[in-house]
Amino acid sequence: MGQPSLKGPGNDQPSRRALSMFFTFFRIGAFTIGGGYAMLPLIEREIVHRQGWVSEEEIVDVFTIVQSVPGTIGINSAIFIGYRLAGFRGAVAAALGMILPSFIIISVLATLLVRFRDVPEVQRAFAGVRAGVTALIFIAALKLGKKVIQGIFPIVVALAAFLALVVFNLHAIAIIASAGLAGVLHYYFLRKEL
Amino acid sequence: MALHFDLLWTFFKIGLFSFGGGYAMIPLMKMEIERHGWLSLQEFADLVAVSQMTPGPIGINAATFIGIRTAGISGAIVSTLGVVLPSFVIIIIIARLLNAFRTNRIVDAVIKGVRPATIGLIATAVLFFAELSIFRGHIGLETIGTWIAGKGGPKLNFALNPGGCIIFVLILILVRRFKLHPILGVILSGILGIFLMG
Repeated sequence: MGQPSLKGPGNDQPSRRALSMFFTFFRIGAFTIGGGYAMLPLIEREIVHRQGWVSEEEIVDVFTIVQSVPGTIGINSAIFIGYRLAGFRGAVAAALGMILPSFIIISVLATLLVRFRDVPEVQRAFAGVRAGVTALIFIAALKLGKKVIQGIFPIVVALAAFLALVVFNLHAIAIIASAGLAGVLHYYFLRKEL
Repeated sequence: MALHFDLLWTFFKIGLFSFGGGYAMIPLMKMEIERHGWLSLQEFADLVAVSQMTPGPIGINAATFIGIRTAGISGAIVSTLGVVLPSFVIIIIIARLLNAFRTNRIVDAVIKGVRPATIGLIATAVLFFAELSIFRGHIGLETIGTWIAGKGGPKLNFALNPGGCIIFVLILILVRRFKLHPILGVILSGILGIFLMG
């Protein structure tokens, strides 16, 4: 078994360490609105500055990795940090802590929403929210796009993915898999040319 | 039981193929929800809005919501489990092979291909939401598709929804230019919706 290599919270018992993982990530999960990207600064504050579990250089690596693999960024960070500090138990504790606030709040809201769905004011409010969310997703696409789309290859891939879904109605999984393959081909092609 | 297994498997796939966090999950989720008929598109849009207004990762919020609506609390548990499971396996493998992963050229090449594709997919999510809010009536992604493909087909005749346009532009400017917190943006668009949306 690989020893967790980041410096842990002192020489606590593993179970106590896992417990403090749970509460820290519960706090993060309960107080960040707007998904993974909104969570990163809070994770940094809690894990690096408050708990001192991970150094500032290491957290940058952690963030790079959790954003480059599939899955929700918040959960990925929790599992990664939990595992490195307290093994498998830590990973489970951290993930549970992150999930639980969402789970409780959404369960309550899903039930309430059904009850008030037919109120005209609620319907109009949601219609307004949909327009607002359109803007938010647009902004997210712009922000991500600015970071990722540099050069011809990313532009071609992004356009191809868009058209593949809108025009040809291909499955998103097929599009993602082909894009990964295109990345590999692009790499080999370029290397041979040089 | 069959429904629970279906939820688990579907969200496992969603978790496995979404690169770039919650927003990247929206197109895939929409596709699966339509295929299974779990929610109406309207409900799906409301779900995304609710997921953004409430704390926690968007992917987890959405999985919980769909699970609870289709199969109650036990459905919410299996959906959440499904979406988290791929993260668990992948992250733990990477945490153990950290340096090999960071310097692997193939991994890097795959990521360089997948990331821009994710942007393209998120752009389709923008279109989907626009269709439900800032345009009046249904344009249909298929219509735009046939139009772009130049196949003739149904003419592009759509009207703008004035209330939706105002809210879209206002929130866009407030959040992007003036750094209004997204949660306040969502609340504001809800309040404006009561007065502006027909």
